[in-house]
Amino acid sequence: MTDPAWINTALSSARPQAVAALLRYFRDLDTAEEAFQEACLRALRTWPKNGPPRDPAAWLIFVGRNSGIDAARRRNKQAPMPPEETISDLEDVESAVVERLDGAHYRDDILRLLFICCHPDLPATQQIALALRIVSGIPVKQIARAFLVGESAMEQRITRAKARIANAEVPFEAPGPVERSERLAAVLAMVYLVFNEGYSAGATEIANRAPLCEEAIRLARLLLRLFQTEPEVMGLTALLLLQHARAAARFDADGELVLMDDQDRSLWNRALIDEGLALIDKAMRHRRSGPYQIQAAIAALHARAARPEDTDWAEIDLLYSVLESMTPSPVVTLNRAVAYAKLRGPEAALKLIEPLEPKLAGYFHFFGVKGGLLMQLGRAEDAREAFGRAIALANTAAEAAHIRMHLDRLSAESLPRNGMSA
Amino acid sequence: MLYAILCYNNEDVVCAWSKEQDDEVMARLQVVTGKLRDQGRLGPVARLMPTTAATTLRKTRDEPLVIDGPFAETKEQFLGFYVVDCATLDEAVDVAKDLAEANPGGGSYELRPISAFFAPREVA
Repeated sequence: MTDPAWINTALSSARPQAVAALLRYFRDLDTAEEAFQEACLRALRTWPKNGPPRDPAAWLIFVGRNSGIDAARRRNKQAPMPPEETISDLEDVESAVVERLDGAHYRDDILRLLFICCHPDLPATQQIALALRIVSGIPVKQIARAFLVGESAMEQRITRAKARIANAEVPFEAPGPVERSERLAAVLAMVYLVFNEGYSAGATEIANRAPLCEEAIRLARLLLRLFQTEPEVMGLTALLLLQHARAAARFDADGELVLMDDQDRSLWNRALIDEGLALIDKAMRHRRSGPYQIQAAIAALHARAARPEDTDWAEIDLLYSVLESMTPSPVVTLNRAVAYAKLRGPEAALKLIEPLEPKLAGYFHFFGVKGGLLMQLGRAEDAREAFGRAIALANTAAEAAHIRMHLDRLSAESLPRNGMSA
Repeated sequence: MLYAILCYNNEDVVCAWSKEQDDEVMARLQVVTGKLRDQGRLGPVARLMPTTAATTLRKTRDEPLVIDGPFAETKEQFLGFYVVDCATLDEAVDVAKDLAEANPGGGSYELRPISAFFAPREVA
């Protein structure tokens, strides 16, 4: 227990619950965060000496609340501090607090804390930054690095975002069932954004951005523990685990993007895949399908294929068609094109995606996929043009390099090649 | 006598371990289990996925009920077990102490004597 690494892990895993409860109590984000900080400092002082509390979160909430009240009192009148023992002495109190922290209660607390981070007025990047700062407790410096901006710029961004949500007036009463499920949907979308922010990074940024993927998985697990019977929460968690399982195989030694077909599948993380598969199986039993479950089911089919040629493309294509009807979007149709081409050939896939061009004219992946299909059809000149547009729209150096590799192949040989996205 | 050493811990905390932390703990635990294996005293060892991946089948009079969970109302969850051959309870306590030293922090080990043991085949 005197191991400081263990204390830090206990503090960070208790953070969402503790800050969420303190927010309900103080109704002010800054006060809640300060109270939590103070409680952590006390934990670092007393835990090594007194041993671990049975429930770290309850301890932190209780001590945080006391020190928050105390700080307010001190601001009001310069009264002397009560002795340390009365603030951190929890002999009897802890069990009482634990009783009050029943599941349903802190579930709404944490959901509220996450929900205020995804306020619709905030642009996606600010939602992500805010959630990472407030809920996950990631230092501003590290968030700044992930977003490739300076620390003070990120600090400002977070302060501005906080000011904005301070006026949002999220009610503190327990939400009704409809409101709760609406909040949950918004929060799941935000967690997915956090993950994608890390997942879409190139090899050079991966060191700074991979933690975003891990943090998103942590948040998904947290939500899953709070909503253990929600199939979409299982679906999202499964999806993130299955995607993240491929992380080690997605870039080669030179930092080039490796397509799924070319990935060394022995580098896929078996433990993450197994957990993802277990969760998607569990979700499917509920027979209440949703977009995250469908996407996880697609990822599961890839994960279950020992070799690329074992992939069940017919089932993947079918799942994409379900996803298209559930959440119609040109991007979903574009993603379907890969499976479509495997089943019906590049010509048919090209016909599928060509009508999307007006809507996806600014989308890197559209021209990447289009170029790939044209290349397979041996239409080198058209492929070159599509790849040219893809490079112009690339978001990362790795994306651009990947397309350039195709272009080089086109110049070297005019043989048809496969061009699927990773 | 065979003892099952059942591991209980807060899965929120265990799931929050970084990969480095996890690898470190596992390496230290392997030193303990390696010693037992060399002495021919180590039986099956399992680490369980979090309870969120679990399903429960409740035996009811009619059709059994399949539900998610266990819903962890308790603060510590059943996260794994070791089967160890120990001549006395003291020996089992010593093994658990070694495990606790290798994996410090919260949680507990429950030492449960095994009354019957079947190992029909290796599955993994």
